[in-house]
Amino acid sequence: MTDSADIDENTAATSRRRFLCKSGALVGGAVIAGGLAGSEALGASESADNLPPNVPEWMKTPGDPMGSQPYGTPSPFEKGVIKNIPKNLSQYLSASGRTPLQDLDGIITPSGLFYERHHAGVPTIDPAQHRLMLHGLVDKSLIFTMDDIRRFPSESRIHFLECSGNPSYKKPYGKTASDLVGLLSCAEWTGVSLKLVLQEAGLQAGAKWVVAEGADAAGLTRSIPIEKCLDDAMLVYSQNGERLRPQQGYPLRLLLPGFEGNMNVKWLRRLRVAAEPTYSREETSKYTDLMPDGSARDFTFYMEAKSIITRPSGGQRLSTPGFHEISGIAWSGHGKIRGVDVSVDDGKSWQEAQLQEPVLTRALTRFRLPWHWDGQPAVIQSRATDETGYVQPTLAELLAVRGENYYYHNNAIWPWRIAAGGEVTNANA
Amino acid sequence: MPMRELSIAAFAVVALASATSAQAQSPYGIGRSATPAEIAGWNIDVDRYGNNLPPGSGSVSHGHEVFDQQCAACHGAKGEGGVGDRLVGGQGTLATPKPVRTVGSYWPYAPTLFDYIRRAMPQNAPQSLSDDDVYAVSAYILNLNGLLPADATLDAKTLSAIKMPNRNMFVSDPRPDVKNPACMMGC
Ligand code: HEC
Repeated sequence: MTDSADIDENTAATSRRRFLCKSGALVGGAVIAGGLAGSEALGASESADNLPPNVPEWMKTPGDPMGSQPYGTPSPFEKGVIKNIPKNLSQYLSASGRTPLQDLDGIITPSGLFYERHHAGVPTIDPAQHRLMLHGLVDKSLIFTMDDIRRFPSESRIHFLECSGNPSYKKPYGKTASDLVGLLSCAEWTGVSLKLVLQEAGLQAGAKWVVAEGADAAGLTRSIPIEKCLDDAMLVYSQNGERLRPQQGYPLRLLLPGFEGNMNVKWLRRLRVAAEPTYSREETSKYTDLMPDGSARDFTFYMEAKSIITRPSGGQRLSTPGFHEISGIAWSGHGKIRGVDVSVDDGKSWQEAQLQEPVLTRALTRFRLPWHWDGQPAVIQSRATDETGYVQPTLAELLAVRGENYYYHNNAIWPWRIAAGGEVTNANA
Repeated sequence: MPMRELSIAAFAVVALASATSAQAQSPYGIGRSATPAEIAGWNIDVDRYGNNLPPGSGSVSHGHEVFDQQCAACHGAKGEGGVGDRLVGGQGTLATPKPVRTVGSYWPYAPTLFDYIRRAMPQNAPQSLSDDDVYAVSAYILNLNGLLPADATLDAKTLSAIKMPNRNMFVSDPRPDVKNPACMMGC
C-alpha cells in the first residue's frame, strides 16, 4: 500500500490496531472502521490525496480483471474479520472456533465465519464414497448415495445453530460478544425433510428414537426423539446456497432446529431407528448438566431464548457522544422471538427494541434501538422474550437455580459497560 | 408456509402409492436395500444394557499393557489426565465446588465405555483396536476406578452386569426452570 492508499480505512485500521493493543481483544472489527471510532480517527495524520476535492487513485486506473478471484473473498481491508480461535489450545482436534458476531450485520452468518466444533478434526469426505445407512426399527433397511438424497423433494429454511456450552457459568468471562456467545451462527439450509426419508424406510411400531452417527474420527453419536425427527428435522447438504463446508459436515449433516449444536450430527453416515436412546458418551459423560446437589440433567435438547448486543459491544469504543444505534441479535430454540427489551441505565428501566423483519422461527432476529449517548458511563443490555412467553434470565437468576457446575445452556443476559472514554467492556467480568 | 405445503405434497404421494401398489413404505422408491453384512460392519453403537456388544474378552492385566502403549501418552500413566480427559477418581466430588467428572465418578453405564473407546480412541487411530483389546482396556480403566478386581476378565455379559456408582443420579430436563419477572420500570 502506498502513502496515498485509502485514508479512511487506513486510519481506521491504525486506530483499530491501537485499540486492539490496548484491549487485548482477539478479533479486529470492521465495525470500528465503519464508525464507532471512525470520526475521531479521521482528524489524525493522513494524506488527503483520495479525499474531496481530489480524485481517488482507484478511479484513475482499472481494477483487477475478471477471473482474478474465481472464488470471491472479502476486501483485504476486512482481513481482521476472521473466526475467533483460542490461542495455545492443548487439543486442536477436539476444539471450537467462534463466529466474530460483533463484526457482522443482519442475521446470516457467512459460511466461512460459521462457528465450528468438532471432536476429532474435520474429515475430508469424497461425496461419491459417502453413504447414509438407515436401519433398525424400519420395514426396509436402506442405503442412500448423495445423489439419492438429492433426488428427494428439497426445502430451504433459515435456522440458527448454537453450541450448548456458549458460554460457561464460571469466570473468567470473555471480553467480546464473540468470546461470550460466538458459538452461534445462522444460515439458510437446504436439504430433505428427515420425515420423508424415514417414511421411505417405513417406521415400525415402537420406533421412539433415532440414533445418528457421524463419519468423522469421533464417530460422534447422539439419539434424537422421534417427535423431532418427524417434525422439522432435516438432512442438509447445502448452506447459504452452496454445498456444506467441510467444517459443517460435508457432504451431509443432520439439522435439528433449536436443539443444542452437538446433536446436529455432521458427516452423517448412519441412522438407527430404536426404542430407546443409545446413551452414547456424548449424551451421558459429556453434554449433561451437573446440579449443585450432584444430580445431572440429561437429554437437555432445547436452546432457550437469548440475545446479545453486538454493537456497541466488548472490545469496541464509542468515538464520540451523540447518536449511536444499539444493535444485536436474539434467538430461541422454542420458536420466534416475540420481543427484545433494551436497558441503557444498568437495568433500572427497559424499552422495547425494533425487530428487523422477517422474524423467523428458530432463526436469529436482529433488533435495534436508536440511542443518544450523553458521554457518561453507562451499562447497556438486552433481554429477549420468545413466542412461548419465556423471558431471558440474568446470570444471577440462572446461577441461583443451577449453580456454577452447570456447564451448558447458559442463556444469561450479558451487560456491556461503557466508560466515559467510550471503551466498551464486559460488565460481568 | 412452504414446508407445510411440501409435507402435504408428501402425504399425497404416500396416499397415491398405497392406493396403487403394495409397497406403501417407499413412496419415492429412492435408495437400495442395505445387506445384513453392510449393516453389521457399520452398526457399532452399544446401548446402556450392552445390546450389540461383540464377542470377545480381555483381562485387566492385558488392558494395563494396552493402556500403557496406546493411551497413557494422552491420559496419563494412571489415567490422571493430560491432553485427554482424566479417566480415574473423582468419586464424592460431584456436589462440591470442584466436581471431577470421570468414568468412575460420573458415567452412568459401563457398556458406553466399550462403545466410545472402540469408535473414538486412541484419538490418533480410532477403530484400530481389536474387540479383545477394547474389552481389556475398558477392564483396566474400570479397575483403576475400583470397579473391577485386578484379576478380572471382561466380556459382553460381565461388562453389561457392572453397576456404575453414579447411574441413579441423572434426571430429565425440567426446563424452563428459571424465571425473569421482566420488570420494565423502576427495577
Ligand atoms: C492423542 C491423544 C489421545 C490418545 C492416544 C487417547 N486418547 Fe482418549 N481422549 C483424548 C481426548 C482429547 C479426549 C476428549 C475427546 C472429546 O471430548 O472430544 C479423550 C477422551 C477419552 C475418553 C472419554 C472420557 C470422558 O470422561 O468422557 C475415554 C474413555 C478415553 N479417551 C479412553 C482412551 C483410551 C482407552 C485410549 C487408548 C486406547 C485413549 N483414550 C487414547 C485423547 C487421547
